[in-house]
Amino acid sequence: MIHHSSLLSIDGLPITEVARILSLTARIAQMPAAERSSILAGRRIALLFYESSTRTRTSFELAAKSLGATTTLVSDKSSSIEKGESLKDTGLTLRALGAECIILRHPASGSPELLARMTGLPVLNAGDGMHQHPSQALLDLRTILTRLHLDPTTVDEQSLKGVTVVITGDIRHSRVARSNAMLLPRLGARVLLCGPEPLLPDHASTLHPSIEIVRNFDAALKQASVAMMLRIQSERLAGLQLDLAEYIARYQLNTERLAAHAPNALVMHPGPMIRGLEIEGAVADSPNSAIEDQVAHGLAIRSALLVRALGATA
Amino acid sequence: MTDLLIRNAHIIDPATNLGTQEAAPRDLLIRAGRIAAIEAPGVLPKAGEELDATGLILAPGLIDVHVHLREPGQTYKETIATGTRAAAAGGFTTVVAMPNTIPANDTVDKLHWMLSPERNAVVHLLAMPAATLGSLGEALSDYEALAKAGAVGFTDDGKPVLEDHVMRAALVAAARLGLPISQHAEDTRLTGGCSMNHGPVAFRLGLRGMTIEAESNIVERDIQLLRDIEKSDKLRPHLHVQHVSTGKAIQAIREAKQQGLHVTCEAAPHHFTLTDEALDTREKGGVAFNTNAKMNPPLRSELDRLAVIEALLDGTVDCIATDHAPHAAHEKEVEFERAPNGITGLETALGLALRILHRDHGLSLARILALMSTNPAQIIHLKDRGNLTIGSHADLILFSPTAEWTYSAQASLSKSKNSPFDGTPMLGQIHATLSEGRIVHRT
Repeated sequence: MIHHSSLLSIDGLPITEVARILSLTARIAQMPAAERSSILAGRRIALLFYESSTRTRTSFELAAKSLGATTTLVSDKSSSIEKGESLKDTGLTLRALGAECIILRHPASGSPELLARMTGLPVLNAGDGMHQHPSQALLDLRTILTRLHLDPTTVDEQSLKGVTVVITGDIRHSRVARSNAMLLPRLGARVLLCGPEPLLPDHASTLHPSIEIVRNFDAALKQASVAMMLRIQSERLAGLQLDLAEYIARYQLNTERLAAHAPNALVMHPGPMIRGLEIEGAVADSPNSAIEDQVAHGLAIRSALLVRALGATA
Repeated sequence: MTDLLIRNAHIIDPATNLGTQEAAPRDLLIRAGRIAAIEAPGVLPKAGEELDATGLILAPGLIDVHVHLREPGQTYKETIATGTRAAAAGGFTTVVAMPNTIPANDTVDKLHWMLSPERNAVVHLLAMPAATLGSLGEALSDYEALAKAGAVGFTDDGKPVLEDHVMRAALVAAARLGLPISQHAEDTRLTGGCSMNHGPVAFRLGLRGMTIEAESNIVERDIQLLRDIEKSDKLRPHLHVQHVSTGKAIQAIREAKQQGLHVTCEAAPHHFTLTDEALDTREKGGVAFNTNAKMNPPLRSELDRLAVIEALLDGTVDCIATDHAPHAAHEKEVEFERAPNGITGLETALGLALRILHRDHGLSLARILALMSTNPAQIIHLKDRGNLTIGSHADLILFSPTAEWTYSAQASLSKSKNSPFDGTPMLGQIHATLSEGRIVHRT
């Protein structure tokens, strides 16, 4: 039985629940550090990471610690996983050791569902294969609301009305793109997906009925309130041939392109960034960029997700 | 062996057309394991043992040309004894074991071992040995010796015979013996890392998908080989396409049949019942990444499911085969992409065929029995099974076509419980299965 306060996928999360998480995030963010550190005092959280990560792992860990929880990190490189222990048995071991919540990153899509079913514990999906990265979608939402001067403490079906988000790059392999494309349109945003066919198959439009696919980046950018750029996941290309020079020419977000088509657009990137490929370094560092904000909002959102997962009050 | 008289049954035998036009009850007498007489009620004298079949259908036992019994090598999943008990529970009286055991069944010794009475099969067991040594796709196994030892065809099931020249040689060698090459049609050069059907559901779940072309390319290649061989070798090879799952491959088979080539094919119950949506039922309160719905060929789109049904209705599909593929629970309780392919199927095949094909799509009982008994018997050249001719083996089923029941995987007689149909409503219940006159299953 899957624990009700797990967060496995963004598409199963009702808008009212998104609103509650945003409100909780805002409350926790305003708390004095001392008060915050008592919310999860004595609680045990396991971070189970089968894939390398900087932002997500660190922000979940720092969030847990700032709430007073005890954390343990288990990675595939330094545990019985290396000896062939199954995900189920690793999860059961963590539960037996007293873990009350597991944060899982895994290269296989659907792993959080499996872990949640097997352990019955609240499981927070910290990225599974090409499937989902729900906490990223929530932190991206908070970033957009904040930077576009909308109310970051709550949302409804109309909150992003009039906002056009262009997600560009390797959408085929991106759990971030899937999560955002499943969340933002439900809040009223217009979402355009942009990229060449090998990285953006036509059936990506089935993620939500209102999703549009635009192959011409300049045309898409002209309409953008938010330009969300994605990394080419070369480790997942699996035989796809991609001419990088052509890709850069057609899809890189550079100063010239931004100035010409969307000088006021908010620039976002979930990281890791490859400066000079999908995004020019100067754009990433420009005033348009919300990339560092995203990281900061990640810490806040993940704090709220942990409080929610453990059923604590804040 | 005592004579057994089955009284007052509605007999349906597609092979002889008995009972396909009218429903008058008949008595059937079994003597020494064979059908001895079929008469109007009351004509035959009393026998040592009698079964009252009033209100039930009596038909030839079902024949499955595609099952995995996991013995030797993986007896924790299934044994020949447990798998054939599950077969009997599903109404099957003949099953053909696939060769992807450990080690692969690719020699006469291994075939003899598998078919030995010591394996305790409760129904008639046949086997298709590996088309190539070790199913490695390189050198052919010894077809002549294997045929003499009882092989009913050759296959590398689980994987295709990929190389053109090897498949050509296999078709030629099997044609000389009058046996089929049974092909798992998958261009594995196109399916690396894929764990489900290509399409919107795969995209949503972030899984790599197998295209329909990965199946149809191999079917089209094999059909071209048939054409070439018929023309240049003056042979008539028999290609049997396993578990066909796409409209595109079906169309290629349909056209090949129209051209007179010797192609047959099978469809699996899961492919005419489910689509790839079964992998994500969260919106209906179910689960996503259900490894019990992971199989190869994968569950396809609704268009492909309907194409399989259409091909069952128009005769393009020759038979229903289960591809019964048992796996232990711990093997399926892993990440979706790591889980083995396959589901159990012997005990749900008739119930699904009657529900989906008979009730929902109007296929007659006689046609369903032809697809599950008469036709598979013909594909593997069984003369005295799959029909109710006097003198044939008394391989029989008695079933109620209107009984509704719910399948429980836990109650399965298979050692494994990996079925996506746990809790699914079924139509038509087996009352008894007889193998060579012995009752091997009774509900």
